[in-house]
Amino acid sequence: MFDCIIVGAGPAGISASLYLARANKKVLVLYYNEAQVEKAHKIDNYYGFVDGISGNDLYNNGIKQAINLGVDVLQEEVLDIKIDMDMHYQVNTLNNQYTSKTLIIATGNKKLRPNIKGIIEFEGKGISYCAICDGFFYRKKKLAVLGASEYAISEANELNNITDDITILTNGEKLNGSTKFNVIDKKIKEIKGDVKIRNVEFEDGSTFEIDGLFIAIGSAGGIDFAKKLGLMVENDNIVVDENMKTNIDGLYACGNITGGLLQVGKAVYEGSLAGLSAIKYINENK
Amino acid sequence: MEVLHLTKEKFEEIISQKEKAVLVDFFATWCGPCRMQGPIVEEIAKENDDIIVGKLDVDEVSEVAEKYNVYSIPTLLIFKNGELVRTFVGLTSKTILLNALK
Repeated sequence: MFDCIIVGAGPAGISASLYLARANKKVLVLYYNEAQVEKAHKIDNYYGFVDGISGNDLYNNGIKQAINLGVDVLQEEVLDIKIDMDMHYQVNTLNNQYTSKTLIIATGNKKLRPNIKGIIEFEGKGISYCAICDGFFYRKKKLAVLGASEYAISEANELNNITDDITILTNGEKLNGSTKFNVIDKKIKEIKGDVKIRNVEFEDGSTFEIDGLFIAIGSAGGIDFAKKLGLMVENDNIVVDENMKTNIDGLYACGNITGGLLQVGKAVYEGSLAGLSAIKYINENK
Repeated sequence: MEVLHLTKEKFEEIISQKEKAVLVDFFATWCGPCRMQGPIVEEIAKENDDIIVGKLDVDEVSEVAEKYNVYSIPTLLIFKNGELVRTFVGLTSKTILLNALK
């Protein structure tokens, strides 16, 4: 059992881990995709670097610094987070399960929706972002999952509890992983329907009828976890209080996922605060 | 007022009256986000005597959920003068709901 699991190894997640580790807490940082900071060619406006620093160097230095302080930093894709009866967090990766007393979401804010006509229009009318929440409404129905990664396969597996008719739509990408489900890799033009979703139209003009479409683009991100856990979300940002706490006890969010300035300084500040809040919570709930 | 636990009949009764605004929370006991929505609608009910607040369990009253095309929970419907005026899909804050109700 970890005191804290942090999802994301950018400036927010790593800063949180530094404070936790220095307070002698057992910390695990899980990361998978490239962090947003890594993409910055050169950062010239961050305190203390005379000649600027590349995003990639800053990112790698951060991870090294955390490891030197005794933080476990693992590159594993998080597919799913659940809260058990004892209010502990169960974090499932492709091959492992980890548990913790507190959780910090510092994933950055990936794009949630693909740019396909009809996606927003049919949200809640056949388009869903959460298999475990909404699968119930589609028992024995014809479903599709939109995505091309392990996360999409994991959502398809979840839906398999309620129906056998599942197709993975990769929207022109190659599926990254193996699956028993039907896969269509044609590029999608539009999602169509009336009061609810009816079909998907591909760019080659062909159509595919569906009763429900579950979105699982790329690897699962902060907003995907937030929707499943029941975190308050506004404008695709996780809502936090002044101590980075979400609406669930022991669960914090920091960095780009909370919106506002997409800057290293803001991520470091929020990460530090989330770490300190988690320490306080762990100490008070021994 | 307390939150009403709605049957199909009770649901039809409260949406057909025209004096008060109505908020209905479509939920299920197994749905994580719904457990977070519950306390929010309870607060709205307790603090606002001019709003009728009901919870509808989609497992028990599935025909009402189907009629209103509820395919995602929590979904919150607001009725005024007997008509559906707003639909919110997903966990929704007290401020947003109250703004739509007033």
